[in-house]
Amino acid sequence: MDNRKNGAAVAAENVKTTGFFGHLINGLYAFTDKPAGKIVVYGGLLLIWLSAPLWTSTYVQEVLWNCMFYMLLAIGCNIIVGFCGLCDLGYAAKFAVGAYVTAVLIKTLHVSFWLTIPASIGASMLAACIIGGPALRLRSDYLAIVTLGFGEITRIVARNLAITGKAQGIGSIPRPELFGMQITKIWMWFYVFTVLVVLFVFVASNIKNSRFGRALEYIREDEDAAEAMGVDVVKYKLWAFITGTIFGGVAGSFWVVKMTSITPMAFQFLQSANILLAVVLGGMGKIPGVMAGAAFFTIFPEIFREIGDMRMLFFGLLLIIVMIFRPQGLWPERRR
Amino acid sequence: MSLAQVWFEQLMNGLVLGSFYALIALGYSMVYGIIKLLNFAHGDIYMWGSFVTLFIFGYASVVVGSGWAAVLLGMITAMIFMGLVAFFIQRFAYRPLFDAPRLSLLITAIGVSMILYNLMMVLTNGEYKFFNSDINVAAGIAIGPFTLTYVKLIMLIITAVLMISLSLFINRTIWGKAMRGIAQDKNTCRLMGINVNKIIGLTFFIGSALAAVAGCMACVYYGSLHYFMGYIMGIKAFTAAVIGGIGSIPGAMLGGILLGLLEAVGTQVIGSAWKDVFAFVILIIMLIFKPTGMMGKTEIERM
Repeated sequence: MDNRKNGAAVAAENVKTTGFFGHLINGLYAFTDKPAGKIVVYGGLLLIWLSAPLWTSTYVQEVLWNCMFYMLLAIGCNIIVGFCGLCDLGYAAKFAVGAYVTAVLIKTLHVSFWLTIPASIGASMLAACIIGGPALRLRSDYLAIVTLGFGEITRIVARNLAITGKAQGIGSIPRPELFGMQITKIWMWFYVFTVLVVLFVFVASNIKNSRFGRALEYIREDEDAAEAMGVDVVKYKLWAFITGTIFGGVAGSFWVVKMTSITPMAFQFLQSANILLAVVLGGMGKIPGVMAGAAFFTIFPEIFREIGDMRMLFFGLLLIIVMIFRPQGLWPERRR
Repeated sequence: MSLAQVWFEQLMNGLVLGSFYALIALGYSMVYGIIKLLNFAHGDIYMWGSFVTLFIFGYASVVVGSGWAAVLLGMITAMIFMGLVAFFIQRFAYRPLFDAPRLSLLITAIGVSMILYNLMMVLTNGEYKFFNSDINVAAGIAIGPFTLTYVKLIMLIITAVLMISLSLFINRTIWGKAMRGIAQDKNTCRLMGINVNKIIGLTFFIGSALAAVAGCMACVYYGSLHYFMGYIMGIKAFTAAVIGGIGSIPGAMLGGILLGLLEAVGTQVIGSAWKDVFAFVILIIMLIFKPTGMMGKTEIERM
């Protein structure tokens, strides 16, 4: 309690804030900056999170699992959109690549699930090079349209090829084994995805604080200046694109064995739009921000099921309002 | 039907499809040229244009009969209405962000697209709507062994007339001159006493009115309308604009017609299941080998 008060006071001195929420957010920032505060907050949250399967229903666990899946996608998309400032409108295609590679390998070659992950990473890299290679040399909005086109191509190809099961997709994919035990129950998936989220956050935050991450940030803020300082803009953009695609591919691989089936319908533009919106609304570049955005986008529709079709209408409005009044997102990065 | 007749039919289909792409691509290209925005909502303007035509047609057909006169009324209303809608969209959603990073503007455009698209989904309950008229779609004139239907002929004529008038407007009038000026240098135009915001509004109005004409043509040509139709048409028209050279008006016309023809040929040779892939494959090939498009300027500008 004392910590919180001090935090708010310190924040008020440093940053000009307005309104209740401004003070609250700054207070939270200051509190979580202290080591003791960090332990209390993160330890408490971790405990609540890890014990969730004990006191929640299967339905809630499914929602939380879905939430974590979108977090994985948002963390991956954030590398492209948030770190590097590129616009990616076909992120669903990236998890489609991973999901289909895994599904096809398991069904046709009966490979163990864990061995399909390297294949899925390889396929993601290849796809990223094919798409990003030509488009990234040009204006960034070309990338937007090319990724959008790639999203459509992936879906149409999956719908027309025999190996991907055409429109019916691929079904009854066996679930993977871990430590000699098949992962079937939802609580098992809950922990598997928790580990994945931690892993993704760890890798993404390391990328962010590395030389590579700083180069990306420089490109995002001022491309010409970055180039003048000797940053190879095209190379770094391509690597950011590849990294983001790999994240999507791995998330897709895990998704497909959880779902045990896959159809082209799962990768519509709406999916890509949702992922992008989670990143943009949450706060581009900030990992907890995009995770919060992803959580919002999965939990909000569950709570507001009644408004149904009108939902996306409000999303659109929300997006415009956020862009006009708070273009940095709801929980943005603090600029150094 | 002989093989030659099939090919003639496909080429005519390609030309008509190309007219759709060209009319929509013009709006993309004009807006991109002037404020460097990929106007994501443009495909939805086209979709709305066709629904407005259908709506007005329903009322007008009672008075003037369900023939070409009612279609014409619907088309003119749709042009004006969609032009105004686009004007207000740019006024309230885009203008506050003209000086913001381009990504913000692009995301706003996605938001506008979502609103237009979902609003129509709610209004139509997600159902297909059908266009019932007295127009005989099969009637046509015979050119040797081939038949060209009146519907296609009229559409091609309308497209040609619109394109010629647009070219005249851009190249011969003072407003067209202002548009070309803003595309080159917005700030200098301001210094020259041009009301930049007004011209941007005019650009949105004209581009969207053209898309509404395409929407009206879709009404007559396809006969069934769906809220989903704007999305794929929008991205293909954008592809057409890129093929022609984005920002270039003759480029958008040429790119649209070319894409339509290529798609018709592709459908005939490879099969219709893959027809949506052609556009994107062509786009990627184009970006690799000639990123400025057929008629675009040679500079590669970075964001």
